[in-house]
Amino acid sequence: MRVAPMADRAVAPRMARGLLLAGACLVMASPFLWMGLTSLMGQLEVFAGGNILPRAPRWSNYPEALTVQPFGRYFLNSLVFATAVAAGQVATSATAGYAFARLDFPGREGLFLLFLSTMMVPAVVVLIPRFLVIDALGWIDTYQGLISTELVSVWGIFLMRQYFRTLPRELEDAARVDGAGHLRIFWSVALPLGKPAVATLALFAFVDAWKNLLWPLLVTRSMEMRVVEVGIAAFHSTYEINWPYQMAAGVAAVLPIALLFLFTQRYFVRGIQLEGIR
Amino acid sequence: MSRAGQGVVLRGVGKRFGDVVAVQSMNLEVRPGELMVLVGPSGCGKSTLLRLIAGLETPTSGEVWIGGRRVDEVEPGARDVAMVFQSYALYPHMTVARNLGFGLRVRGTPAAELERRVAETAGALGLGDLLERKPGQLSGGQRQRVALGRAMVRDPGVFLFDEPLSNLDAELRLRTRDEIAALHRRLGTTMVFVTHDQVEALSLGQRVAVMDRGRLQQVGTPDEVYRRPRNLFVAGFVGSPPINRIGLSRDGSGALAGGPFALAGPSGPDQATLTVRPEDLAVAGPGGTEGDFRATVLRVEALGSEQRVHLDGPGDAAWVARASPALRVAPGARVSVSIAWDRSHLFGPDGRREEGVARPAGQQVPR
Repeated sequence: MRVAPMADRAVAPRMARGLLLAGACLVMASPFLWMGLTSLMGQLEVFAGGNILPRAPRWSNYPEALTVQPFGRYFLNSLVFATAVAAGQVATSATAGYAFARLDFPGREGLFLLFLSTMMVPAVVVLIPRFLVIDALGWIDTYQGLISTELVSVWGIFLMRQYFRTLPRELEDAARVDGAGHLRIFWSVALPLGKPAVATLALFAFVDAWKNLLWPLLVTRSMEMRVVEVGIAAFHSTYEINWPYQMAAGVAAVLPIALLFLFTQRYFVRGIQLEGIR
Repeated sequence: MSRAGQGVVLRGVGKRFGDVVAVQSMNLEVRPGELMVLVGPSGCGKSTLLRLIAGLETPTSGEVWIGGRRVDEVEPGARDVAMVFQSYALYPHMTVARNLGFGLRVRGTPAAELERRVAETAGALGLGDLLERKPGQLSGGQRQRVALGRAMVRDPGVFLFDEPLSNLDAELRLRTRDEIAALHRRLGTTMVFVTHDQVEALSLGQRVAVMDRGRLQQVGTPDEVYRRPRNLFVAGFVGSPPINRIGLSRDGSGALAGGPFALAGPSGPDQATLTVRPEDLAVAGPGGTEGDFRATVLRVEALGSEQRVHLDGPGDAAWVARASPALRVAPGARVSVSIAWDRSHLFGPDGRREEGVARPAGQQVPR
């Protein structure tokens, strides 16, 4: 067996790497496992402690948790909110990104830097001004109040600009000679070619909106306007914490996102790569 | 579908990018229906000039006229020009049919006419079976045809070609070159063709405009540019293998001397460059007659139809002679070489051609 030493040498680092990755996966996955396991326990069992696996899985936690509050309505609200935000961010980011990438106008670079600099401002800082604006408009506890301030994403503009800059200029030159103006070039050439970036942006925007708690918590009041995240938080009231129900609702909220991720992994990875180079 | 081509006139057209001057104030007229080739080394401004005609760049100075209309403020799409790009610039997400029809669609051409013209163009270029494919599924040659078709389908007054053959392999390049020449004969449309390949320029152009460092060096028929180069740059750039040259300077007797030559020329510059094309050198075998100079054969390239004989002189630089395949010489042989003086040229120190100085043969004295 002359090849054995070489194979041995190759196996050892691969095993080490595998173990390391497995450990990291476990660390990443443990909160989710914990959530899943807790969602199947009884209220007393959670506090009694001493066991990780539920003694007798209580599947009934799920229908109970999802009906004790109107979660159907919450899911609908979350879906409307996240879809509208994703669509809006794609529309604003693609047009602005294209303008920053390809239109020549005075002050373009300065304006872009100004946009970028707003990424330095923590989101929490603008929470109150945003609330005051929405309140002044009388939009508290409405869809437009929930959605409108989320429609522009500087990160999205940056992402789209970077992507449009990678498109060969000759394509646009060809379209110009063919008689197309900027809008036509944007719509018929740049945007169709920007699909991968649009998909990445739409997914990130959707997921971000789906798991957004603070803003919906602030701007919605009625049960009819609540989103899933706010509903989950509501299990945590001043006098009572129902862990199993909260975890069951949490699992239900994560499932659509997990499924989405399963089918669109590559766009998430691309987004993270783009995030890395900004 | 063809119609008469439009003339293109450039008057004092210049283009700067910041501090870089891409095109110096340039005057050029492309006649209606003419195939004009812009040729020069990379960075000479020829592509910029083409883009100025297309309207993809705005001139810093001067005027661009197409078909008797001043267009330097007119959008590219309204200039009645079509362009074929070096990278073909096909829209990757559209099928061949949609690529061909894009310009017509943008112009709001009725669907029936659009389809008819796309089918007609596809038929003329043999693209009929590829209409539903995307550019990514085509070979280089097929993409090239689609790019050509996209220009043809609009029936423009002027075709602009920006090095459209440089991405093709040698065989396909030759074939496509012939096809473009045939297309020009058939359509009779004005064509401006940019290339860095002087062989392509001479073989394709009715007239050739040689450019260097943003300036027009010479405009003329391929024969004029080759036989009567206006300056040393044109002499050196046009022709393959390149023209042979030797530096001369005036000696005590008043002759222009260098290497084995002493040209008793009339008054003129004190420094000059003598140039001779490889085919204007006649190499005689070792036992041959006395020529203008003697040299040692360094290398012989047998190309079948001709031989290229590399010589170690007459000056410090090696010269190349074109010879018949019948000539029998081997590396190391001493040969005598004759110059066709009536086809040689002298260029002054500013690179400009000195008319009539090198012409009179018989005044040279082999040393």
